Amino acid sequence: MVKMTDLNVIDRPNWCPGCGNFGILIALKGAIVELNIEPENIAMISGIGCSGKLPHWIRTYGLHGIHGRALPVATAVKLANNGLTVFTVGGDGDGYGIGMCHFIHTMRRNIDMTYIVHNNMIYGLTTGQTSPTSEKGVRTKSTPSGVIEVPVNPIALAISAGATFVARSFGGDVKHLQKTIVAAVKHRGLSFVDVFQPCVSFNYVNTYDWYKQRVYDLQDAGHDTTDKIKAFTKSQEWGEHIPIGVFYEVLSPTYEDELPQIKDTPLVKQPIDNIDISGLMDDFV
Amino acid sequence: MVINRLTWKIGGKAGEGIMATGMIFSQSCSRSGLYVYDISEYPSLIKGGHNNLQVRVEDREIFSQVKAVNILIALNKETILLHKDELVNGAGIIYDSSEVIDPKEIRDNIRLYPIPFNNIIKEIGVQGIMKNNVALGASIALVDYDFGIVAEVIRDNFKRKGDKIIDENTRAAKAGYDYIKNNFKNDFEYKLEKTGKPGRMILTGNDAICMGAINAGCKFYAAYPMTPASSILHFMAAQERRFNIVVKHSEDEISAINMAIGAGFTGVRAMTGTSGGGFCLMTEGYGLAGMLEVPVVIILSMRPGPSTGLPTWSEQGDLKFALNASQGDFPRPVLVPGDIEESFYLTQVAFNIAEKYQTPVIVLSDKNLAESHKATDKFDTKKVTIDRGSYADPTDLAASPDTTFFKRYKYTENGISPRTIPGMKKGIHTASSDEHDEEGSISEDIDVRIKMMQKRARKMDTLAKELKQPELVGSQDADITIIATGSTKGPIKEAMILLEKEGIKVNFLQIVYLNPFPSEKVAKVLGSAKKTVVVENNFSGQLADIIREKTGKDVDKRILKYDGRPFYPEEIFTAIKEVVTHG
Repeated sequence: MVKMTDLNVIDRPNWCPGCGNFGILIALKGAIVELNIEPENIAMISGIGCSGKLPHWIRTYGLHGIHGRALPVATAVKLANNGLTVFTVGGDGDGYGIGMCHFIHTMRRNIDMTYIVHNNMIYGLTTGQTSPTSEKGVRTKSTPSGVIEVPVNPIALAISAGATFVARSFGGDVKHLQKTIVAAVKHRGLSFVDVFQPCVSFNYVNTYDWYKQRVYDLQDAGHDTTDKIKAFTKSQEWGEHIPIGVFYEVLSPTYEDELPQIKDTPLVKQPIDNIDISGLMDDFV
Repeated sequence: MVINRLTWKIGGKAGEGIMATGMIFSQSCSRSGLYVYDISEYPSLIKGGHNNLQVRVEDREIFSQVKAVNILIALNKETILLHKDELVNGAGIIYDSSEVIDPKEIRDNIRLYPIPFNNIIKEIGVQGIMKNNVALGASIALVDYDFGIVAEVIRDNFKRKGDKIIDENTRAAKAGYDYIKNNFKNDFEYKLEKTGKPGRMILTGNDAICMGAINAGCKFYAAYPMTPASSILHFMAAQERRFNIVVKHSEDEISAINMAIGAGFTGVRAMTGTSGGGFCLMTEGYGLAGMLEVPVVIILSMRPGPSTGLPTWSEQGDLKFALNASQGDFPRPVLVPGDIEESFYLTQVAFNIAEKYQTPVIVLSDKNLAESHKATDKFDTKKVTIDRGSYADPTDLAASPDTTFFKRYKYTENGISPRTIPGMKKGIHTASSDEHDEEGSISEDIDVRIKMMQKRARKMDTLAKELKQPELVGSQDADITIIATGSTKGPIKEAMILLEKEGIKVNFLQIVYLNPFPSEKVAKVLGSAKKTVVVENNFSGQLADIIREKTGKDVDKRILKYDGRPFYPEEIFTAIKEVVTHG
C-alpha cells in the first residue's frame, strides 16, 4: 500500500507561509494514497509559476517545463506510456493566460489524465500582476487603474470545449479537494479541476475567508452532473454564492481508446530493434 | 540522336495534375533502370497560378536538376512564355493546338507539337482532368519510349481509385501517344530506351527522412503543417498504424515540440518537424529539451524568410538560426544532409545522438531536398545500428534508498548521466527547466550552476571526438576548393563534372555537421587550398560567416543565390570559371 511518507521529499516547499498551494499539495498526496497509485507510475507535469514547482515537492516522476506548455507535454507522456497516471498542475496564468490555446485543445482531446489549476486570480511569482481570472476593476501592478477586461470563466470554457469531467474545489477545504481529485483521477478521460487558491502575498481580496463565506458544494445541493446545460448555468454563478464540486461528467471514448497502435502495449514498451521497412521501400519503386 | 539523356518539363495551372503526371513520368523511366531527378515549382495557392515540374533522365546517377530543357509540355500558353529560354536547340514543345501561338513569339530551332487535347478527350469519352494524361502519352511517343511501362505505372498509381479511373487515364495517355505517332515523323532528337536493369525507389528527401525515422524506431511524431515539412506529417500519419507510431497534428508548433519532449522524456523516440516560422515558435521548447536533457529530433526544413517569405520556395537561410536559437548555451548538434541517401542515414544518426547525448538534435533540410524526387537504390537498413544510450543500471537502482530522488543529472566525465524513465522503480526525479542539481531539484547555488553547465557542455566535447572529420572529394591539387553544406551538394557535384571537362581542377568539402563544427579540418583546408569558395542558397553567406567564427579564416569568394530557386549546375560552373579566370 502506498503511504503518505512514500510521497514525501527532503526539501520543503518554498511557497509563502499560508499559501493556498499547501492545501492542494496535501490533498493531492492524500488522493494518491487513497487511490493507491505507486509513485513511480505517476508523472506530475507542470509549467511555470508558484504552482509549477509542485513536482519538486512530491516524490513522483515530474517534468517542470516552460510557461504555459505543460498540457502538450502531459498529453504526450500519456500517449507514450498509457500505463502511467498523469497529472498536470499549474496556475491560472500558466493555463488560462499563456497556455490558453493548449487548454482549449486539451479539453476537446479527452486524454485520460487530470489537470489541476491552482487559480489564485493573480500573478504571484512575478510579484502581483493581473491574471486572466482577475475580476474587472482589480488594481494590480500591471493594471494600476483597474482591470478593464472581464475575467475568463474556466468552468464554462472547459464545458464548451468538450471536457468530460469539469470540477472546482477550494484549497482551504482539503477534504473536499481530495474527494474531488479522487473523482477526477477515477474518471476515464480528461478531468479538469479548477481550485481556488488564496494568494496570501498579492491577492488581498480573494482570501480564505472570502471563499469560506461564499462557496457551497454542488453535490450537497443535488446538482445533476450529467446535464450539460445545467452545468453551464451553474458555471455562471458568481458573487455571494459560488458553487464548488463536480459541474459536469460524461463518459466518452478517450483519445487513447481510438489508437489501435497502443491498444495492447504502450509505445514505450514496444521493441524498436526489429522494425522492417523493406515493404515500405517496395511501395516507392 | 541523343539516347537516355534529356530533361522533360510540364507546366500549367495548379490543379491540372502537373505533379501527378510528373510522378508517372519519373516512375516510368525509373522502372526500366533509368536514373531520374525531378524538381517542382509551385506558388502558395491551390488552383490557378503557374506550377511546373521538371524531370531529368539519364542512364548514369544524377545529382541535381539542370537548366536546359529538351521537352516542354505546356498545358497553357503562359508555360511556353515562361520557360522558352530554358529550351535547347532541337527541343520540342507539346501544347494545345487551340491556343493561338505565333512561332515567332517562341524562338528558332524549336519543334512544335500542337495537339487538339479537347477533341481527343471528347472522342475517347473520358471524364475529369485528362489533358495532362494526353500530353504525357504524347511525350512518351515523342521520345519513342515503351508505353507498356507507362500503363503499368498508371495502373499502380490509381489502384485504389478503381478500374474505371485506371482505364480512363490509360486511354487518355494512349490517345496522346497515338496522336503523335500518327501525325508526326519519328525524328525527334531525344530518345529514351529501357536499360533492362531493375527499377529504383523514387523518393523525396522528406520520404527518406520518414523512412529513416521509422527504421530508427521513431514512435511519436508531432507537428503542425508547414511547407516544406508538411509531407513528413502526411507520410508519418499514413504509416502510423502499419508501424505502431502515434502521430499528432498538434494545435501549433509550440505544442508539437513540447509533445515531442513529453514523449522523449517518457522513453520513446520522438520527432517533430517544421520550417523556419514554426521553428521560431519551437525555440523555447528547443532550449527546454537541452535543459531537461531529453532526446528529441527536430526536422527543420528551410524556406526563404524572413517571416512568411516565399512559402513554397527554397533557401538555406536558417543556418545561423539553427545554431543560435533559444536562450543560453546548451549542446545542440545540427546535422545537414546533402542528398536523399544522407536524409535517410543522418535521420537515424540524429536519433542515436539524441538518445546517447540526451539532447535535442536538429536535422537541417530545405525545400529543394525535401520535395525533389530522385531515383534511389534501396537503403541499407542495417547500416546505422540503434544506440539507445545510457540507462541506469537496474542493480544500482535496486540498491539505492527509497526516500530520495534519483541522481538523474549525475556529474560524469563525459557529461552523459544515466537515464531513468517514468515507471522505473527508484528512478524517480523531476526534470526541471530551472537550473538544477544532480537530483533535478531547483538550485541557484554557484557551484551547482558551474558544474551543471560544464557537465552539459562536456556532452558536446564527447560527441565531437566521436565524429569523423569531413573528407575533400575530387582533385588532389585542385585550382579551386568548394565548401558547402546541405542540398547544394547535388548541383555542385554536377558542376564539378562540367568543370573537370573544361580542365579546371576542383574539389569539394561538404559540411555535414554544422555543430559540432569540424573546425580542424576546415582550417586545414582553408590553409592549404589555392582558392576557396562557398556555394550557398542564402543572402549573406551564413556558412562563410560560421567558418570565419569557427576557424578565424575567410573563404576567398562567396557564391550566393537567394531568389528562392535552387542552384543549377550551369550557374555554379559559370561562377567558378569566373573566379578561376578573374579571381
